[in-house]
Amino acid sequence: MLALQILIDGFAISSLYALGATGFTLIFGVSGVLNLSHGAIMVVAAVIAWWVAGTFGAGPYLGALAGVAASLACAFFTYRVIVRPIQNSPSIPREEKEIFVLTGTLLWGIMLQEAVAYLFTNNPKTVRPLVEGVVMILGVRTPLNEILTAVLSWAAIGLLYLLVNRTRTGKSLLAASMNPRGLTLLGFELSRIYVLVWAIYGVLAGIAGVLLGAFLGVSSDNAGTLTASAFSIVVLGGLGSVSGSLMAAYVVGYLETMTAYLISPSIRTVPVLLLLVAVVYVRPQGLLGRR
Amino acid sequence: MFRSRTFQIVVPALVVMALLPLGVSGYILGLLTLAYYYAVFAMSWDLLFGFAGEVNFGPSFLIGVGAYTAALLNHYWLWPIPPCLAAGAVAAVVAGAVLAVPALRLTGPYFGLVTLVAVLLLQNVLVLFAGITGGEIGLDLPDVLSIDDNTNYYYALSFMTVSGAILYGLSRSPVGLILQASGQDAIEAAALGFNVAKHKLAAFCISAFFSGLAGAMLIFYLGTASVGTVVDIAVGVNVIIAAVLGGRRTIIGAAVGSIFLIAAGEVLRPLGQLSTFVVSAVALIVILFFPGGFMGRLLQAGGRE
Repeated sequence: MLALQILIDGFAISSLYALGATGFTLIFGVSGVLNLSHGAIMVVAAVIAWWVAGTFGAGPYLGALAGVAASLACAFFTYRVIVRPIQNSPSIPREEKEIFVLTGTLLWGIMLQEAVAYLFTNNPKTVRPLVEGVVMILGVRTPLNEILTAVLSWAAIGLLYLLVNRTRTGKSLLAASMNPRGLTLLGFELSRIYVLVWAIYGVLAGIAGVLLGAFLGVSSDNAGTLTASAFSIVVLGGLGSVSGSLMAAYVVGYLETMTAYLISPSIRTVPVLLLLVAVVYVRPQGLLGRR
Repeated sequence: MFRSRTFQIVVPALVVMALLPLGVSGYILGLLTLAYYYAVFAMSWDLLFGFAGEVNFGPSFLIGVGAYTAALLNHYWLWPIPPCLAAGAVAAVVAGAVLAVPALRLTGPYFGLVTLVAVLLLQNVLVLFAGITGGEIGLDLPDVLSIDDNTNYYYALSFMTVSGAILYGLSRSPVGLILQASGQDAIEAAALGFNVAKHKLAAFCISAFFSGLAGAMLIFYLGTASVGTVVDIAVGVNVIIAAVLGGRRTIIGAAVGSIFLIAAGEVLRPLGQLSTFVVSAVALIVILFFPGGFMGRLLQAGGRE
């Protein structure tokens, strides 16, 4: 019974982690950017969805849509106003671009977080789920929303897989991650590819944020933790490797759920951190990463 | 040395700061005291980042280890303050070395992540053993540095000046140049016969020493050690913002950035919750438009040294 409960809860959490980390790793893989405003963007998506659906009274579907739109707008802004100017700036030496992008996105994340806290307070908010009700799976009470979360997460990841592997545009993304210069030589405009990647990222982070808001509830104080968990999953799986991130998301999700159920919820994240340190020392490229 | 621009800026500034207690209220002195300890955090971070090129996302790991070692010794064994400070600094160096020896094999984001995880683990440990460490509420200390504002202010000012002078001198010494070379191109530096790993480890230990010592002094100034003041990720983020804002690779800039951050937080206090937003926005604008930071701008304006 408990085993089944862990299996179901862990699966839902893990798929959500997988979705959140996919966007994060995609950006890193294609354009080499670690976006530290990731958690804040997810929070914005969730809070806007909550506001539009609840206070504004537009219903959960419009709310979810508004949340994703807000996340898309934030992602776009992050790229145009922060990441791209830093990458193109002549006065920042090349080897320091990375730290500037990190600091810049970190500050932007704090700004988003504070703006949310100011406008909507930092109380935890639960987005109205798209579907309500519970079902019994072999005697375990499971909210329908939990199943929907897993299904939607995987649907989004599946669509991304099709996009990257089956369409011409998607293949150019893949090519950009392997050899950006070669791609420009073939007449592709790199900046348009980057805009596209950030757009995909915005949508993925938005969906993840809204689902998280409906599943566990979100407060603006969670932004840092969300970024840290995406960062850990991505490093555990291997930076830039999408399949590695998916695998790592499940490892992290199940490890956390098991710790919470079997030992104590208060040390939920500790085993993951220890595992992370061990993996990084023994195999710095992560589970499936290339060096 | 006496004619260098840095010297011409720093000495008058120090004189002004030393004279401040004559005409400023105790409240402002208290803020500046805090800012001076932060300045030491930021300067030690700058040595590691600006010179060795390693992004330490967890300055508050080193600060926290130093602070809590001192706090526990003082709270449970009633050690007097000086040995507590020494023990805190030593503990931070040991913790830094334990963290750095394996971590320096890693580069870029991996090193950053390990240092970040170190902070999260320390925070978890402190909260889990709340019975001993006081957890989120904190651990009060039987001893404080002084109850007099002026004395506290001078302790902090002289501590900052001495640490700053040592760190600055180090950064301009041959060792500092080797560090800088290893940060910019580790392979070439190694090819020139320098032991990159050894120098980076030394930089990490020095950074840890000053962070730990400053952390320990800070809690004896505050009279209590709590996760929120010395370990939280937010503390580390502030240190990083201060160093980048003031101008990386200048050491002095990190101190300027810290004082600015604390002062800005205070000036913007009427804005309430929005003050963090405004401070972050200002820092972001500085990074985007003046990547050299305050000191970078100031030093450049008068020609290179």
